[in-house]
Amino acid sequence: MQDLDAILQTRGLSVYYDTKKVVTDVNLDVARNRITAIIGPSGCGKSTLLRCFNRMNDLIPSARVEGQVLFDGRDLYSHDVDPTEIRYLIGMVFQRPNPFPKSIYDNVAFGPRINGFKGDVAELVERSLRRAALWDEVKDRLKASALSLSGGQQQRLCIARALAVEPRVILMDEPCSALDPIATLAIEELMRELSEDYSIIIVTHNMQQAARVSNYTAFLMVEEARVGFLVEFGESRQIFTNPEDERTEAYITGRFG
Amino acid sequence: MVRADFDRSLEELQAELVGLSEMVERAIVKSMDALERRDLAVAYEVVDEDDLIDEKRFDLEEKCINLIATQQPLAIDLRTLLAVLHIAVELERMGDYAEGIGKICLIIGDAIPVAMPKEFSRMAQIGLEMLRGSMKSLVERDTALANDVWDSDDEVDALYDGVCRQTFLDMVQHPNTIEADTHFLWVAHDLERIADRATNIAERVIFLVTGKVGRYEGQSDEE
Repeated sequence: MQDLDAILQTRGLSVYYDTKKVVTDVNLDVARNRITAIIGPSGCGKSTLLRCFNRMNDLIPSARVEGQVLFDGRDLYSHDVDPTEIRYLIGMVFQRPNPFPKSIYDNVAFGPRINGFKGDVAELVERSLRRAALWDEVKDRLKASALSLSGGQQQRLCIARALAVEPRVILMDEPCSALDPIATLAIEELMRELSEDYSIIIVTHNMQQAARVSNYTAFLMVEEARVGFLVEFGESRQIFTNPEDERTEAYITGRFG
Repeated sequence: MVRADFDRSLEELQAELVGLSEMVERAIVKSMDALERRDLAVAYEVVDEDDLIDEKRFDLEEKCINLIATQQPLAIDLRTLLAVLHIAVELERMGDYAEGIGKICLIIGDAIPVAMPKEFSRMAQIGLEMLRGSMKSLVERDTALANDVWDSDDEVDALYDGVCRQTFLDMVQHPNTIEADTHFLWVAHDLERIADRATNIAERVIFLVTGKVGRYEGQSDEE
C-alpha cells in the first residue's frame, strides 16, 4: 500500500474503562478526504476507538485514554486542547438519527448559532442541507418539525447539522443500522460525495457496506488475552478480495464473529 | 462453523466442476481414439456429447451466480466462485476442441490413408496430464502443482511448432496430402489449445489461492 496522507493518526492508543482495557495499542492512520471503515466483531472496541477521535470518551467518567491521537500532527489529548473545539472540527453522526425536537431549519442552524456564527445563517442552512442531499426534499417545509421526517431523512439532517459547523472530519457510528436499504444506499452515496471535501471514518457491522463505500478498512479484533487490537489495515479492495491475515479472512467471510 | 450451508454449497460446486473436467477428459480421450482408429461412431459420440458439457457449464454458471447473489461472498469465497466460473468456461472450451477433433474425424472419414503426425498422441497425453494436474491443483489448492502445469505448456507448444513445420513441408513435397494435412493442422491447433486452457485453469488456481494473477513466485514451501 502506498503511503497515505493522514489527517488523523493514533499512536500506541489504548483505552480503559476503569481497569478494563477495551482498545489495545492501536496505531492507525486515517486518510485525508477518504473514507475509512472500522470493522470487527461486537465488543472489539470499534465505537470506543471512533469516539477517541473527537474526545467523546471524555464524557464517560470511567474512561481513560493512553497514547496519542494526532490531528494534522497535533495531539488531541494535549491539555491545551479544548474538546468542544475538537468536536466542531471532528463531527459525529450516530447510529440512530437524533435530531433535536426543533424545526428542520433550527436543527441545522443550532451549531453555528451557539458557535457565534456571524454570517448568513439561512445561506449556511441551505448549503448544509444541499451537501447532505436533503435540500430538495425539505426546502418547502424548513419550519416543520425534524421529527416529521423519515428515518433516512433524519439521518441526512443529522449529517447536515454536523456539516453546518464546517468540520474537517465526520465520524459515523453505524449510521445506517436503523435505516432501510434504500435510505442506506442514499447515505452511502452521500458519503462518497462528502469524501471529496471531508475525511470520513465509519464504524459498521455491515461488511458489504464497508466494501462498497470505504477506501480503507481497519479490522479490529477481540481475543481472550487482548481486546480491541488492530489486526489488519489496508485498502478496502485488497481487504475484501485478498486480506493478508487469516483472522481478517475468517471474519469477512463470516467464519467467525 | 457459522456458514456450514454455504461451505457445503462451495464443496458441491467444486465436486461438480471436477465432474465436468472428467467429462472433458473423456471427450479428449475419445476424440483421439476416434482419430487414431478412424472410428466414426466414436467421433459422432464425441460431437453429440459436447452438448452435455455445454449444459453442465451453464448449470455451474447459474449456481455461481445464485451463490454470489444470495451469499455476498468476499475474499477467498469470492475468489473461489470467480475461479469456478472461469474454470467452467475453460473446460467447456476444451470440450469444444475435443468436439473439433471429432468433427475432423468425420470429415476425414475412414477413406484417407495418410497417417496422422506422430506428435499427436504425445500432445494429447501432455494435455490430459495438464488437465488432470490443473484440477488436482484446484482440489488441493496446490500452487506448486499449478506452476508445474503452467511449465508443461512449453513442451506442447514446441511439439505444435514441429508439427506445423513438418506438415507445411509435407504439403509442399506431397501436394496430394494437402487436404489431409490441412485437417491435421486443425487437430494440432486443437491439441495446442487444450494445453493452453489447462494452463489457464492453473492460472486461476493460483489466483484463487493467492489473489494474484500470474505464475506463482511466492515464498518457497521449504520454510
